[in-house]
Amino acid sequence: MRAIVTVIGKDQVGIIARVCALLSEQGVNVLDISQTILQEYFTMIMLVDAAQAKVPFAELVKLLEEDGKAQGLVIHAQREDIFNAMHRI
Amino acid sequence: MPMFNSNEILDTIHMIDQQHLDVRTITMGVSLLDCCDPDPKAACGKIYEKIVRSAKDLVKTGEDIEAEFGIPIVNKRISVTPMALVAGASRCEDYTPFAVALDKARAETGVNFIGGFSALVQKGMTPADERLIRSIPQALAETELVCGSVNVGSTKAGINMDAVALMGKTIKELAAKTADSAGFGCAKLVVFCNAVEDNPFMAGAFHGVSEGDRVINVGVSGPGVVYHALQSVKGASFDVVAETVKKTAFRITRMGQLVAQEASRRLDVPFGIVDLSLAPTPAIGDSVARILEEMGLEVCGTHGTTAALALLNDAVKKGGVMASSHVGGLSGAFIPVSEDEGMIAAATNGTLCLDKLEAMTCVCSVGLDMIAVPGDTSAETLSAIIADEAAIGMVNSKTTAVRLIPAPGKKVGDRVEFGGLLGSAPVMPVHPESSAAFVGRGGRIPAPMQSLKN
Repeated sequence: MRAIVTVIGKDQVGIIARVCALLSEQGVNVLDISQTILQEYFTMIMLVDAAQAKVPFAELVKLLEEDGKAQGLVIHAQREDIFNAMHRI
Repeated sequence: MPMFNSNEILDTIHMIDQQHLDVRTITMGVSLLDCCDPDPKAACGKIYEKIVRSAKDLVKTGEDIEAEFGIPIVNKRISVTPMALVAGASRCEDYTPFAVALDKARAETGVNFIGGFSALVQKGMTPADERLIRSIPQALAETELVCGSVNVGSTKAGINMDAVALMGKTIKELAAKTADSAGFGCAKLVVFCNAVEDNPFMAGAFHGVSEGDRVINVGVSGPGVVYHALQSVKGASFDVVAETVKKTAFRITRMGQLVAQEASRRLDVPFGIVDLSLAPTPAIGDSVARILEEMGLEVCGTHGTTAALALLNDAVKKGGVMASSHVGGLSGAFIPVSEDEGMIAAATNGTLCLDKLEAMTCVCSVGLDMIAVPGDTSAETLSAIIADEAAIGMVNSKTTAVRLIPAPGKKVGDRVEFGGLLGSAPVMPVHPESSAAFVGRGGRIPAPMQSLKN
């Protein structure tokens, strides 16, 4: 199952490394990454494949969210379908 | 990104995080027609058992979808067959035990509300309908989160003025029985004209007799998203405003459709409809009134408000219709005073009055909703307000509703607090002149012409 992970927050050293480490620990494969700095805010969007994840997707969402909070980042993981529904006819 | 650009993804995230985008409710309709029994105790047992069996996974499924898609799903609810049809088979006078059975099933399934303590009496009342209506004050006072509704008129049948008169008294009695919570019981009771059978929103949800055994209906929300979108077209013509609302409504509804299909699949219950409604909450930035003000009105309720609302209501439907395979329910913009931060402000400063709200209900769904009126408002005045609103629905072939709270002991200028999604309401004035002789006539107002419309 494919999902979109978004990471938004103040830029700091090691954000990508940390998020990727967590994803790889959980058996989630990163398919694509785009990253920019928007008005000092770090904004990263990742397309991931969570089909082989070690935990249920809802739990992965929580893990990412909590890990983000600890670093002052807002991390969302959402199934890709919602973006399909809202932005594609 | 192979499929989406970053802006699209961040748009969705901002809508959810900052603009209060949510699915207001997943409502499971459950038919109780197979629960009739001459013994009321046996009937209540069957009702409890069927609801719990049907909806045991509803809350869990809603929470799973919420977590996986990252869309808040604020409420999970159940609607049932109008109880007068089910309880009518039982040999008893007081239908309160049926409401208690619903409330028990609600608690067991963990849903937020259960609706359907209802009767459809637009043309006439059966003894069961009348028993149900007379049980409403006790039933809604004794239960926690059971909602009731009574349909007193329709375009085809006209308005049942005997029922209208009875509902005025019922509302007063219900307010008195829940006086310690400022008449909160009345927030759980709606009086309809042209009630729909697939409405997922409370307090008026019931599962119509033309529906299947079970069904999933979803109500979307999103005034905050529309408000935000309009901020980016300040000063533009109404053509642009309408287009902007349509595009926004399309996206919101697509999300609702996705959630509805997903819930239907996981619960193995047929998908019914998506209700395309802009349902406000008392939170700042989630208000329908503020959308109207964003169109250029200093305060909601001033001249121009009805036109602004007409545009909004129509554009929401046009945008949403293509986004969903089946649209139904009430579908439009809601204007519940106590549940809308901007409406509360406009009513508090006196710009928004009952008469203007009545005019607004001519062009939107649904009606005079969540309005606190003085505690000493007479039953006849309440009935006359219901009759006015029902007439608007009857003549315009649309649903209208009345949910008034004559807050015991409260006067104009006081404030009534309901808490949560139901918010707080300033007590609004009603006309002091009597309508008692009008309401006292009884009988039926005939159904209107459907041609020669002017």
